[in-house]
Amino acid sequence: MASKQVASVEEWQQQDSSKKAKKSRIEKNESLAGLLFISPMFIGISVIVLFPIVATFILAFADWKFVTGIDQLQWVGFDNFRALLNDEKFIKSIINNAVFILTVPITMIIALFLAVIIDKNVYLKGYFKVAFFMPYISSVVAIAVVWQVLFHPSQGPINQVLMSLGIDNPPTWISDPNFALISLMTIHIWISIGFSLIVYIAGLQSIPKELYEAADIDGANSWYKFKSITFPMISPTSFFLLITGIIASFKVFDLIAVLTQGGPLNSTTMLVWHLYERAFLELDVGYASAIAVVLFLFVFLITIIQWIGQKKWVNY
Amino acid sequence: MSTIILFFCSIAFLLPFIWMLSTSLKIEADVFKYPIEWIPSRWNGIANYQEVWFGEQPFYLYYWNSIKVAVLTTVISATVSALAAYGFSKVRFPAGGWLFLVVLATYMVPPQASLVPQFILYRYLGLFDTHIGLILLGSFSVLGTFMLRQFFIGIHNDFIDAAKIDGAGHWRIFWRIALPIVRPAVATYAILRFIWTWNDYQNPLIFLRTDALYTIQLAMQKFTTLNGSFYTLIMAAAVSAILPLLIVFILGQKHVIDGIALGGVKG
Repeated sequence: MASKQVASVEEWQQQDSSKKAKKSRIEKNESLAGLLFISPMFIGISVIVLFPIVATFILAFADWKFVTGIDQLQWVGFDNFRALLNDEKFIKSIINNAVFILTVPITMIIALFLAVIIDKNVYLKGYFKVAFFMPYISSVVAIAVVWQVLFHPSQGPINQVLMSLGIDNPPTWISDPNFALISLMTIHIWISIGFSLIVYIAGLQSIPKELYEAADIDGANSWYKFKSITFPMISPTSFFLLITGIIASFKVFDLIAVLTQGGPLNSTTMLVWHLYERAFLELDVGYASAIAVVLFLFVFLITIIQWIGQKKWVNY
Repeated sequence: MSTIILFFCSIAFLLPFIWMLSTSLKIEADVFKYPIEWIPSRWNGIANYQEVWFGEQPFYLYYWNSIKVAVLTTVISATVSALAAYGFSKVRFPAGGWLFLVVLATYMVPPQASLVPQFILYRYLGLFDTHIGLILLGSFSVLGTFMLRQFFIGIHNDFIDAAKIDGAGHWRIFWRIALPIVRPAVATYAILRFIWTWNDYQNPLIFLRTDALYTIQLAMQKFTTLNGSFYTLIMAAAVSAILPLLIVFILGQKHVIDGIALGGVKG
């Protein structure tokens, strides 16, 4: 291809139609420049993301303990996926992931409430943004160890407060199978509010002031204004937060790894944690890859819904 | 009025941090005193922090590792993203469109879905258990490319055509004209990337083994396991892990918030 172009350039030059030759040389230079600018990125992405994701899809059909060498690899067809269906821990992971999605609307409601207040005339705006943003920028590991102590069953501040309020047998939080997931969800909500808040404030600021002025002239009260102006106008923002929130909830790992390791009694295991255990503790490459494929399909599905939904459900 | 309500909300929101800071300054016996002593009656702050920073698990070493990894990742990632963003927005070439689609498509892939082959690949390439390997993992960001591309698109093409007529090549245009214009956006992305890399726990956990290479997050976890019941020390470590982020965030507050808001509104 390239040599052909070079040849034709030379022909043209000989035929003395130098205008055309110049144009084609510029185009070629332009292509070369473009490729040079994007090549570090493209090569990096190919080696670190594209190639591994293709490999994941292939390895999902294999049985291989990675330490044993590649000659021990056996192709097993759909066996890994069949095994997933009978894997209690996997089923439990999917259920927990589904329950965990509840954190998304809860976070959004609290964040919207705070954003509406902050967006109005309050003092110390800057302080509030930093305060509510703190958990989001802080490292999850540091936050997790703080909560671990706050949730301490007998001596932790949370339970001491509860006991002083007259609750004699408060839950033991992250060590109680019935409360562990709720505890993690609470922390996750607390972490995520800052992000949603900032996005909502940006959304609120893009609503034209004239709409509110018109409503004021009509004598609308604040609830009515919220219901008929604010809420519909920020629906694209809400939709964006819903989708990114759900995708992020599938990726939760640090909290589980530091606080519960999926326990007690698998009450906090989720897809990513299950994948991690099978891959890096049991070195079960094929099985872990099958979990990764399922994870990928879930995220893919949500992304597709976003593409369709953007057009159908949201006011722009 | 709403300021006062909001103020109490924010205090409640910050309580875990206040508790963390106050505990890090106490003696061990006072940690679980009830009612909670928000201002320590017996101070032991200096000794606690000394033990964390220069004790058996010296935090200064892990700090150094974290700074090295986070700074290098940030610099490389911002550079690579800016180059690609310029290439995708200001150079008109036929393959550009679909190559951009390929790059964008990888953004959909949850990072955990490619972990296992990455791990195997790293073992073969000898990048496993090295800082270089860790840095490379964070250096190719689709999000950064996408964000900066939005800004490059905003630069008027007349600028670029005028420079071309004056005989400037793309490299000169990128370096002398385009990059200075989008500098605020690069700063925004760089701060976000620094925070994300500093906070990353999963990649170091999987791709590092040697204790001396640990980043602050891994060290924090190990420290907690080893010092299980020394809560004052754990809290001093937690404060140390969060402090640099807080400084970066307060210094670059506008950039961070703008970056998040931009990502949010433009989707």
